[in-house]
Amino acid sequence: MELETRREEGTLIAKAESRVDGANAREFQDALEAAIDADDRALLLDLEELSYISSAGLRVILLTAKTLGKQDAKLAVCSLSDPIREIFEVSGFDKIIPIHPSQAEALAALKG
Amino acid sequence: MLRPAKILVVDDEPDLEPLMLQRMRRHIRAGRYEFLFAHNGVEALERLREDPSIDMVLSDINMPQMDGLTLLEQIPQVDPDIRSVIISAYGDMKNIRTAMNRGAFDFVTKPVDFEDLQVTIDRTLRHLAEWREALASRDKLVALQNELDVASKMQQSILPTEFPEGPTYQIFGSMEPARSVGGDFFDVMNLENGRIGLAVADVSDKGVPAALFMMSTRTLLKGAAIGSTDPGEVLREVNDLLHEDNEASMFVTVLYAEYDPASGELRYANGGHNPPLLVRADGSSTLLPLTDGVALGLVPDLQYDQDSLTLEPGDAVVFYTDGVTEAMNIQNDEFGTEGLRAIFATSPPPNLEEANSAIFEAVHAFAGDMPQSDDITCVTLWRRESEP
Repeated sequence: MELETRREEGTLIAKAESRVDGANAREFQDALEAAIDADDRALLLDLEELSYISSAGLRVILLTAKTLGKQDAKLAVCSLSDPIREIFEVSGFDKIIPIHPSQAEALAALKG
Repeated sequence: MLRPAKILVVDDEPDLEPLMLQRMRRHIRAGRYEFLFAHNGVEALERLREDPSIDMVLSDINMPQMDGLTLLEQIPQVDPDIRSVIISAYGDMKNIRTAMNRGAFDFVTKPVDFEDLQVTIDRTLRHLAEWREALASRDKLVALQNELDVASKMQQSILPTEFPEGPTYQIFGSMEPARSVGGDFFDVMNLENGRIGLAVADVSDKGVPAALFMMSTRTLLKGAAIGSTDPGEVLREVNDLLHEDNEASMFVTVLYAEYDPASGELRYANGGHNPPLLVRADGSSTLLPLTDGVALGLVPDLQYDQDSLTLEPGDAVVFYTDGVTEAMNIQNDEFGTEGLRAIFATSPPPNLEEANSAIFEAVHAFAGDMPQSDDITCVTLWRRESEP
């Protein structure tokens, strides 16, 4: 699982691509865990290039939020395509994970 | 290898032992090799039986009592994973061929070139390490397969096989598991006052932990459903109980509904699950609105809203999991709710068992050669058009 990452003022920005399902959820989790540093204050997952996420993938996002919580860091997602937004809405994940329209808006919200 | 490789040298010439120890002393001191010696085949077999940790045998061919070629035949009976290297006279192709045919891994020729011997030993040991790794992965695969079988049996065992039926309604449900165990299940319960409880659920993970989570969800749902008349309340209770001991952050999406055959009223609460499809007698259909519930097990103290509708005679409600709507074809298109609606648009269900098979067939036809990646579950409730 390729994760394109960069950092902006203590926020790790990771771009997920293609699909996350039962077959590669574990890889997705490992890639995220490897990317997070102990001094990251937040993780912003940019899901613009993601075409599908299964419940196993949603669980990884949740586990990552938990891990981040232990180091007092936050997690947010941004730039959801319509199908991904629908998956977040149907599962109710839009009520437990902050969703932002763009990276800029997410970064502003994470700072504030 | 952390311990030195144990090599049994078999030769009747007494000179070989001191020579070997002298020429290989660097490797022995470095803890890479450990040599044991035997002077004929019979002695060699004794050593092998005494010490199961011997990795490889380096054997001469011509020896008293039992020669090297006979020894080769006998070794697999003691341990089939030992690898043997034969020391033969230079140019003795006949014996070398026989040795190879009897399972020798390699050969070296006399007079022994110790540099070449060391390369041969290392190659043999490398092969042995790879072989053992392959055996270990095979065992792991078998164990995993057994675990998946257990999970799969658990999943199948909790599904109802008989469905309540009345003069005014019919219910049918089935689940087709993906090859690797998924997390779907459904339940149909007889509640007080002739009401029926229906649940369709999808656990976020696979394997034994997910199957256990599925078992507890199903038990908790049954318990909560029997004591309650309020689908939202049922989900609230199950959510709190599931969350209590959920270190692994598993979750389950649940659509729970109660149907009253007397009035045709269906009340439902949706915990993060796909919205059911209402199919009218004329084949037109609409998705039932979401009730804004979060998947169960994640966050405690949530309220679950519910919604209700009254089925007209001839109406059907199709409950399903994402294995249906997210089935993909080779072009990566999803079957979608459109696929589901299309089935009923052309032919409203004459009987529910057929309707369910029609859904499964349509999903498979759509997916074509793409492997089924998720469980497919479908439960249909039908308010009969007229009393039979």
